[in-house]
Amino acid sequence: MAESTVWLVILGGMAATYLTRLSFILFIPAERVPKFLRRGLKYIPPAVLSAILLPELVIRDGSLELALSNHRLVAGMIAALVAWRLRNTWLTIATGMLALWLLL
Amino acid sequence: MQKEGVRSQAVRREFLTGIRDQLPLLLGVVPFGLIFGALAISVGVSPAAAQGFSLFVFAGSAQFIAVSLIGESASALVVIATIALVNLRHALYSASLAPSLAKLGRPWKLALGWLLTDEAFAMASRRYRSGELENAHWYTLGTGLTLWAAWQISTAVGIALGASLPQGLPLDFALPLTFLALVVPSLVDRPTLAAALAAGLLGLALFNLPFHLGLVGATFAGVGLGLALESTTRPRDEGPIG
Repeated sequence: MAESTVWLVILGGMAATYLTRLSFILFIPAERVPKFLRRGLKYIPPAVLSAILLPELVIRDGSLELALSNHRLVAGMIAALVAWRLRNTWLTIATGMLALWLLL
Repeated sequence: MQKEGVRSQAVRREFLTGIRDQLPLLLGVVPFGLIFGALAISVGVSPAAAQGFSLFVFAGSAQFIAVSLIGESASALVVIATIALVNLRHALYSASLAPSLAKLGRPWKLALGWLLTDEAFAMASRRYRSGELENAHWYTLGTGLTLWAAWQISTAVGIALGASLPQGLPLDFALPLTFLALVVPSLVDRPTLAAALAAGLLGLALFNLPFHLGLVGATFAGVGLGLALESTTRPRDEGPIG
């Protein structure tokens, strides 16, 4: 990607992020938002993050790999266990990275 | 004068408490910033642009995805759209904090909105749930600025170290791990779990669509399933902002 295009991405990403952060603080009073939209909003983060996450763990070199020889899947499952039991972002990342590093 | 002095002392205390409370979270943020800086350089993003992401986008996981997508030659529009989608969770934070910030002036809203990251939100929302709220915005400013400074510095150090990092180090794995760390603790009920699973599996099925467009469809399908299950199983639930 050309340098100027990367800066376009940065500016676009900044606008999208900042406007999202300001949305309810500055622009939209919460009571003006339709109820079904308010409900749907909370499913967006788990949905979009899972849609990014799962392929990262099970697709290796363009094809599905569900075997234990897929080190990222194993390390990811260990990290998921840590995330589920301890709910700690730092420990989840550190455990996952350490697990992958030890498996490699 | 006396009253003014008492007030500025309270403000100072709130601000410093905000900084102090944010410090433990830097344990996670600083290595993340280091890795981001190094990762951006490794996919061919220039040092200036890498720092630009942290300065202007200021959103950890979105920055990771953005540079990963750039490394995979995605188009600019897809990268921006993905940043927007990944950061939609900030609308929840915004909605959640809005009532507490409603009485502040516009400059305060603009500043605290800029600093509204996962970690700052976590600390601020905890603060707003406890009593005495008159100066709580100073606390929020303290947490936000601490995180901002740590993110800028760690990104810069990561950029500087980037080239000297050993080859083959699986730094990019920090990206899915971050999402794991965010997603797994949020799966507290069946509709949310179903939304995440459906979107994840559909994301897998649609993985070969160009420019990661499958992400968008998978997300909407997951949200739809979550809402459908919610209306059949728990019709009275209105979610965290209801």
